Amino acid sequence: MKTEKLKYERPAIRKMNTGLMNKFGTRTEYAPFTHIDGVSVKELINKYGSPCFVISERTIRKTYQNAVRAFKTRYPKVQFAWSYKTNYIDAVCNVFHQEGSWAEVVSIFEYTKAIQNGVPGNKIIFNGPEKTKADLQVALENNSYIHIDHFDELYDLIELTQELKKTAKVAIRVNMDTGVYPMWDRFGFNYESGQAWNAINKIMASEYLEMVGLHCHIGTFMLDTNAYAIAAAKLSDLAVNIKYVFNKTIQYLDLGGGFPSANTLRGAYLPGPDMIPSIDEFAEVITNTILNYGFKKEDLPLLILETGRAMIDDAGYLLGSVIANKRLSDGRRATIMDFGVNILFTAFWYEHKITPAQEFSSHTEDMVLYGPLCMNIDVVRSSVTLPALNRGDHVVVHKVGAYNMTQWMQFIAMRPKVVLIDTNGESHVIRENETVKTITDPEKMPEHLKTFNL
Amino acid sequence: MKIHSNLAVSDSGFIFNPSNGDSFSTNAVGADIIRLLKAGKSLADIKKEISVKYEVEPTVFEKDYEDFISQLQDHFLVSND
Repeated sequence: MKTEKLKYERPAIRKMNTGLMNKFGTRTEYAPFTHIDGVSVKELINKYGSPCFVISERTIRKTYQNAVRAFKTRYPKVQFAWSYKTNYIDAVCNVFHQEGSWAEVVSIFEYTKAIQNGVPGNKIIFNGPEKTKADLQVALENNSYIHIDHFDELYDLIELTQELKKTAKVAIRVNMDTGVYPMWDRFGFNYESGQAWNAINKIMASEYLEMVGLHCHIGTFMLDTNAYAIAAAKLSDLAVNIKYVFNKTIQYLDLGGGFPSANTLRGAYLPGPDMIPSIDEFAEVITNTILNYGFKKEDLPLLILETGRAMIDDAGYLLGSVIANKRLSDGRRATIMDFGVNILFTAFWYEHKITPAQEFSSHTEDMVLYGPLCMNIDVVRSSVTLPALNRGDHVVVHKVGAYNMTQWMQFIAMRPKVVLIDTNGESHVIRENETVKTITDPEKMPEHLKTFNL
Repeated sequence: MKIHSNLAVSDSGFIFNPSNGDSFSTNAVGADIIRLLKAGKSLADIKKEISVKYEVEPTVFEKDYEDFISQLQDHFLVSND
């Protein structure tokens, strides 16, 4: 009778240090992460290759519906607008649009994507510091909401609307002191200095600009709910003053984005899930501030939210494999993965949770996780405790849905497939992997460089 | 290269060095290697025994074995005599 061999794990030894203090205790048990929404990680890698991004449609919808519930149970008029820059893969955008989200874009590229996805022009919010006159004309003709970032853009728009004799629906982006450091003042018009009010005066005096909203975006990965209370109060103050001075009702207040996901920031004392306020806590302070500000019932503005990261981060996974193991000169274990900062851009900010995708023993090692790039900066985790990983073993990186699939770089290696698991557990490629052709097709070779002799 | 003969190795991979009081934990393959080294087995014997017991390519094991021995050296559990 043939006996089945045992699963092999690379031999490893760790010195036990008794008496070292650790208020959180030592983690001795890890669970392998073998399935995403019921689909085997191993099968996904066999089918789509390694590395590959996987997005859970179920998680997107659940997260979105929870955020909508948090705000709509507290405030009568709420509208979410999907922040394209967070993840503008069309299939991802369309999940949000199916749920009822408008589009929030920050460039003509994103704007065009939203139009191509079928978003009506009057449900697109056009933010961002770069809008050419041609871009503004497209937005104007589509009746989109134009959020003006600076005076040069305001003058361009005044000129354009006069030329075309067409009214633009506009808001201004307002920057302000919300008690957080650093203060984001490079976008929009400043509240405290009176710059925002100055811009409002110019808009109200303009024949073809209709002031419909007020917008702010106070920061990113905000851990302080009170900052949103201050922001909501300052926008409400402007809205009330516009009503008082010009007898004009502001249709909406757009509080932007900035809510954090449950990722752990590099250098943070506590893990992400223990630090971040819930979406309900943000909803509570924002809606309370607006409701208590003194708007007449009929003047209560629509509350728009451009939440990106908190909506999508949890739904994204990166599957990868171990390329090699080595030991550094100081004795530390180093594991080289087939994904690096080229596709996992957020590794610069987060200590990503990384879980093996197969069974392993309880023995763990501290190690550095490197990516495959021939660049010193390619460090996925500078120190992480994981089981002894063998060459070819698979891992799952969690909470990677935000920004990675937009900020990833075609650098040294090519970008992998992105796969969506639908609510029935079926997987679909929603973005093909790059090939050498993808990269070389846009290149042009001058005639005199076409040949050489070596 | 010789492993210290007085090391105590438990079935669960707990290792105790009575000469200085250090203790270590190792995984199943590591514990097997230490037991085989204590029994005076050669690299060839160890390779054979491990490949019979575990699902592993000989070349993969040889590389891991070298790395494991260097870890034992770092922890002063083997001597070069």
